[in-house]
Amino acid sequence: MSITEPEARAYEPVIGIEIHVQLSTRTKMFCSCALGFGAEPNTLTCPVCLGHPGTLPVTNAEAVHYALMIAMAFDCEIAARSIFHRKNYFYPDLPKGYQISQYDIPLATGGRLGDVRIHRVHLEEDAAKLVHAGSSGRIHGAETSVVDFNRGGTPLVEIVTEPDLRSPAQAAEFGRLLQATLRRMGVSDVNMEEGSLRVDANVSIRPAGETTLGTKAELKNMNSFRFLERGIAAEIARQEAILREGGTIEQETLHYDPRSDTLSALRSKEEAHDYRYFPEPDLVPIAPTEEMLARARAAMPELPAARAERFESELELPAEMARLLAFRSELGDFFEEALSASGNGDSRALANWTTNELAAKVGDADPASTRLEPGALAQLVEMVGQKQVSASAAKEVLDVLVAEGGEPAAVIEERGLGAADSSELEGIVERAIADNPDAVEKIRAGKGQAIGAIIGAVMRETKGRADGGEVQRLIRERIG
Amino acid sequence: MSELLEMTAAQQAELVRAGEVSPAEVFEFWRGRAAGDELGAYLWVADEPPAELGELPPFAAKDLFCVEGVPSSAGSRILEGYRPPYTATSVRNLQAAGAAVLGKTNQDEFAMGSSNENSGYRPVQNPWDRTRVPGGSSGGSAAAVAAGNAPWAIGTDTGGSIRQPASLCGIVGMKPTYGAVSRYGMIAFASSLDQCGPLTRDVTDAALMLRNLQGRDPCDSTSLGIPGEIPLPSAERLDGLRFGVWGLDEEGLEAGVADVVRDTLAKIEELGGAVEPVEMPNAGLGLSAYYVIAPAEASANLARYDGVRYGLRSGNGDLTEMYEQTRHDGFGDEVKRRIMIGTYALSSGYYEAYYGKAQKVRTRIVEDFRAAFEKVDFLVTPTSPTVAFKLGERTADPVAMYLSDYFTVPMPLAGTPAISIPAGLSEGLPVGFQIAGPAFSEAGILDAAYALERAIGFEGVPVAT
Repeated sequence: MSITEPEARAYEPVIGIEIHVQLSTRTKMFCSCALGFGAEPNTLTCPVCLGHPGTLPVTNAEAVHYALMIAMAFDCEIAARSIFHRKNYFYPDLPKGYQISQYDIPLATGGRLGDVRIHRVHLEEDAAKLVHAGSSGRIHGAETSVVDFNRGGTPLVEIVTEPDLRSPAQAAEFGRLLQATLRRMGVSDVNMEEGSLRVDANVSIRPAGETTLGTKAELKNMNSFRFLERGIAAEIARQEAILREGGTIEQETLHYDPRSDTLSALRSKEEAHDYRYFPEPDLVPIAPTEEMLARARAAMPELPAARAERFESELELPAEMARLLAFRSELGDFFEEALSASGNGDSRALANWTTNELAAKVGDADPASTRLEPGALAQLVEMVGQKQVSASAAKEVLDVLVAEGGEPAAVIEERGLGAADSSELEGIVERAIADNPDAVEKIRAGKGQAIGAIIGAVMRETKGRADGGEVQRLIRERIG
Repeated sequence: MSELLEMTAAQQAELVRAGEVSPAEVFEFWRGRAAGDELGAYLWVADEPPAELGELPPFAAKDLFCVEGVPSSAGSRILEGYRPPYTATSVRNLQAAGAAVLGKTNQDEFAMGSSNENSGYRPVQNPWDRTRVPGGSSGGSAAAVAAGNAPWAIGTDTGGSIRQPASLCGIVGMKPTYGAVSRYGMIAFASSLDQCGPLTRDVTDAALMLRNLQGRDPCDSTSLGIPGEIPLPSAERLDGLRFGVWGLDEEGLEAGVADVVRDTLAKIEELGGAVEPVEMPNAGLGLSAYYVIAPAEASANLARYDGVRYGLRSGNGDLTEMYEQTRHDGFGDEVKRRIMIGTYALSSGYYEAYYGKAQKVRTRIVEDFRAAFEKVDFLVTPTSPTVAFKLGERTADPVAMYLSDYFTVPMPLAGTPAISIPAGLSEGLPVGFQIAGPAFSEAGILDAAYALERAIGFEGVPVAT
């Protein structure tokens, strides 16, 4: 499927995404059991979510609230009155024999996120978790399978896009934007490995220029955006190979195995279920009141796409940096707090420090959960700008601030990390020139890069407290 | 204590209040009666009273009401041995009012039937004639009350399952407005139709029980409770009230039943009420719509019975074989028939023709009631087209059995309330008279029924067995 082959260019991939988001409500969708990933199996259950005879579901108002927020994030049209249906299928992970979901009148329809149109947003309940014992980890070949009902009944929002995506990379990029958006709203943990964000892709290809859709395959089990991208790429390649050999694409569901980077069939159309949908008689329609809508609206934070745009236009940050700060909203929040503490100082330098040094130090953690104060970061960056501390010394200071907190000035003082003053530095530079006659020779012979040896000597001597640019200037002054 | 046998629940409560008898004595008397039942009316009888007893006498609960720790099988073998971990809201409401659970009464399996012959355990005999059915599906509750083996009882009505057995056993049975009483803890048959209600000796007891049963329940989002008070009925006259008659010309209506109904209409007029015919152009389609909608809902409601988490488990350990064998052994023929009908009616390609069309009919029936109640205050009909029929008489002919609910099915489809009161005898067997009203008109229905009950002066409860 290399893009250099002319045959490959003859096909255009058409990709739509279906996302299941577990909402981080306190309780389950239709009962008052607590949610808890990783709890002891079958401890978060009750007669309702175990499907005991006579029990009835009651819609979780907070889940509706979150779903309304999600619909608003995509600027969807929210149904005045949406209803639940029973989706009937018999499987051990479904204790009632049906899943309560939404069908022909979903909570919201017709929105957009970035360049991608959103087809619909609806609420439903998650199934229980089947654990297959055995080497495959899948039902085929499992020695035994057990059910953990803790997950059963977790509130889910299903988001379906229109088939607007055209490449694996674009699909992954959209997934990241969606994840950042949901995370920013605080409606879900959006953790793909734990399954609180699950992404399926509908993939078809068609000859470039065609407008009708080809037969699609549904890809499941891609539990990272990297795997999503690879899975879609593999599926496009598979379909192209079939079409180029004159074959036809079967509508089927495929399971992506990241270990082997291959796709295998889960179920084919012949086994397609007839879900016998009908309106759930145990529940009343969701009819959002003005108060519910106002509350959802009021709870909406600035979303990543808008924030990135603001960072770019108002703070003149480079696009990539703006995007990073907006998509990792905890970094963005820290950055904005630091910026405000600095009295709106050098936003670019601060953004640079936040997205590079700080992001590297905290990894996936929230910088606000470390000892570092946003104001301290702002002061440190300002001191670097004023050359009161060298960049490399400042990194060391940042380590201390993240681990122990405190004021940068105090840390610098305490550890002697302040920039060497010019008379001290001049002396050190002169000694370094005297100690490195070979390098001086080479520089004079036109080998400019030999200056590195002298700079290195100065840095060693000053333990990184000197500003690299200043050192270079002093050396050149002297060597001419 | 035997004077308790002759008394209504309200009268017994008064006796307790007056300190003439203790709640424990009342409980023990009825426990003895229930334990001595020979009609097959009970599937379980309490051993001892609960720690706290109030002034209301104990009640019998149809088996499908979940009671914590007490066998609750909905009359089905597939739930044999199931003891729920929780108690139905309706039962809790009665317990909170001071009434204890006396026992669990026999019923048609999952409330599917009109004769109680579809019980997974045993049929129930009609105390008026033990070769006849008590009606169904709340047949055990009706027979127990009629025979004096329970002071009062609760049942459920989906297409007539309270009113028809009440009619066949000569007692009062009321189906409240859909949403008046919580369905939480009622093992579901058809969720959009099922409603809990009282089976009692007289109209006052029905009011007393309904008053305590009803109420909005946070565990049932379709529940609303009944707005306003349910006073104990006191009307003596029916002046100014208009009664619309439906169904007296229907084919299949027994002449003896029609005679009793006509006599009752005359009594309404004697009490000052106006009687006029009323058009219910679509009500006759009720049975057809019902026998699509109810099985469709049931096919989903019964999918959970698979032998895994509770109840019966058959088979040899292979999962699929276990599912199949459990359902084979656990479900009776009528239940299997309705699961298949309902599954078919919801299937892709048939949904519109069956379920979709049935819902349209349902809407038209709602419209019929709305139009009727613009002209009249109450709709009156025979409750059942026939008196109690012989055990075994209709078991081979499901459609003949379904016709038992001809007059009672339209109300659940419309969600409206109705009561059946004993109005007289035909061939020595009780005939029920049905009074239906608009949604949440329970207090008015009870008042009219009370005035009529006094005018009729029906004697025959209890029939000693």
